[in-house]
Amino acid sequence: MAELAYWEALRRAHDEELANDPMVIAMGEDIGVAGGTYKVTLGLYDKYGEERIVDTPISENSYTGIGIGASMAGMRPIIEIMSINFALLALDTLINAAAKIRYMSGGRAQCPIVMRTPGGTAHQLAAQHSARLARLFMGTPGLRVVTPSTPLDAYGMLKSAVRCNDPVIFIEHESMYNLKGEVPDEEAFRPLEGAEVIREGTDITLIGYNYSVHWCLSAADKLAQEGIHAEVIDLRSLKPIDRETIRRSIEKTHRVLVAEEDEAPVGVGSEIITGIIEDCFFALDAQPVRVHAADVPVPYNYHLEKLAIPDAKDVYQGALKVLGKV
Amino acid sequence: MSKIDRKRLLREMIFFRRFEDRTFEAYMERKIGGFLHLYSGQEAVATGVLEVIQADRGIGFDYVITGYRDHIHAIKTGAPAREVMAELYGKETGSSKGRGGSMHIFDPSVRFMGGYALVGQPFPLAAGLALACKYQKEGRIAVCFLGDGANNQGTFHETMNMASLWKLPVLFVCENNLYAIGTAIQRSTPMVDQYKRLAAYSIPASQHYGQDIEVVMEAAQSAVDHVRSGAGPYFLELLTYRYRGHSMSDAGAYRSKEEVAKWVQQDPIQILAKRLIEAGELTEEEFKAMEQAVQDEIDNDIVRFAEESPEPKVEELTKYVLEDKPNPRWIGPLEAQGGGHG
Ligand SMILES: Cc1ncc(C[n+]2csc(CCOP(=O)(O)OP(=O)(O)O)c2C)c(N)n1
Repeated sequence: MAELAYWEALRRAHDEELANDPMVIAMGEDIGVAGGTYKVTLGLYDKYGEERIVDTPISENSYTGIGIGASMAGMRPIIEIMSINFALLALDTLINAAAKIRYMSGGRAQCPIVMRTPGGTAHQLAAQHSARLARLFMGTPGLRVVTPSTPLDAYGMLKSAVRCNDPVIFIEHESMYNLKGEVPDEEAFRPLEGAEVIREGTDITLIGYNYSVHWCLSAADKLAQEGIHAEVIDLRSLKPIDRETIRRSIEKTHRVLVAEEDEAPVGVGSEIITGIIEDCFFALDAQPVRVHAADVPVPYNYHLEKLAIPDAKDVYQGALKVLGKV
Repeated sequence: MSKIDRKRLLREMIFFRRFEDRTFEAYMERKIGGFLHLYSGQEAVATGVLEVIQADRGIGFDYVITGYRDHIHAIKTGAPAREVMAELYGKETGSSKGRGGSMHIFDPSVRFMGGYALVGQPFPLAAGLALACKYQKEGRIAVCFLGDGANNQGTFHETMNMASLWKLPVLFVCENNLYAIGTAIQRSTPMVDQYKRLAAYSIPASQHYGQDIEVVMEAAQSAVDHVRSGAGPYFLELLTYRYRGHSMSDAGAYRSKEEVAKWVQQDPIQILAKRLIEAGELTEEEFKAMEQAVQDEIDNDIVRFAEESPEPKVEELTKYVLEDKPNPRWIGPLEAQGGGHG
């Protein structure tokens, strides 16, 4: 077992998949000679050359479309978009093309692309660099949306995503690239579907995905100091959602909180809680709570930004609310 | 150009250099956050072009719009330097009241319509400002500054087509500094001379040396004359260089020492200062005194203003998401009108 940072885990997955299959290529701005904004492709240009580590111009819609086209002809492109905000420029080709090609062709064509991008709020990057947008992709049939929150999942899910025959939106987070975790030395794959109970508890279920998983874990630590045992679920995949794991947990804890960095209206939490109402209404002993971002474009000012975006403290406070302790 | 103008322009460029250097320091002191893209090295472009377009014509300001490397464009357009610095500090007195930060400076009072963080986004917005200018017939034009990298974005091609077709009064200023973050222009664009790309849209275009403000102003004057004449858009390409990395998180390791040194030799401030000194219009002492005076002004006034300004109020997090007061033509909730059900 090696301790790898999230970005190193992604780089290793790239390296292994590029070595495994000559049809795998990576495309994106500054990923080649410059090694990638978050170093995820560092050194791979020297190793695999410019035909496989493709530096693109600033043309998100078209280079994503080029990746999609190439994938229909047998290639397996990993498309990096520097920030999920810029992925908005590629929405046409992702939502109108990639997501529908299999269906529109009656299953005769497919586009196995992976679009990797950090979606989240780092420090003070202001409105045009702080979008989350998971909810947007999650509402689109024909896409898979995965949100690895650990180096192990970053590594193993990227490998599975590259081998998956569907378009996969692979959402990372600016604040997770340096996060460390264990990754086995031998090759490993992690499933693209299925949520995971990453901490067992009996009093309340905290549900997170991507970066919010880490807020849930630290809130659970804090609750434990007060004798409250929180169960934590890492959703891992937002499309499809593993409702079964959620149901089982709520039947045990009878209380639930969902933590997301997206804004609330039409957020990830809206969908999860709707599912909970449908699946386990009678198992609930308290009203579910959502912890989410304020419904504002993310402000630049440090204090306003902190107010707009939730964190572990908000999850802790929210949990107390579910438990009727505030 | 009159002697006094040349001296004033020199002082302005020194001010812009020092302003950016000071923001660098404040960033290192963690007083400025987020992304910070500095303009050092490119001063002659914004200073020269905006000097030409903002010459007093009785109708007030033209529209100016740009990308994220926007502090100097904002100040030269007329946004108070104090407010730009306060914005970088995230303060309530900032140009965008602390909501926008470095990449989103706005000052509509001088028709500076913003810095935008998405590469290529300002192209259509500039054409839209120009559409309004044309329609409103007040003689105004729109000026759009963007880097060379932006020209590969779809918005470039789509906007150029419509701007030309509709003869919109817009001046596109391409600040070709040879890099888009770490990607050299030869690696992203087969037609390295950007102005040649405009032939595809029947837009007149030309390329000039962007480190000499007098060259910039002469080129800008004929470009602006063209646009003001109603003949449609013009695309001005200016060859320049940024001295610092792309942003604070980039040390610029992809550029050779020799290349940087070559461009440092072509410093727009030094080029103009040398010319004035050789012409006997400026002494070395006056030049030094100018630098000192600028430094004092920035430290004692501009930075101080930013440091002493208040933070935005946390209660006002959601202010500015939508208009505060509803439109008077919107008569209010359905109930008050006797509408609705039951
Ligand atoms: C749509 C979009 N894609 C990518 C980026 C990331 N990015 C920021 S600046 C930049 C390079 C822009 O280069 P250029 O237009 O030449 O301007 P310069 O920075 O040289 O002034 C890139 C790729 C972005 N901000 N927006």
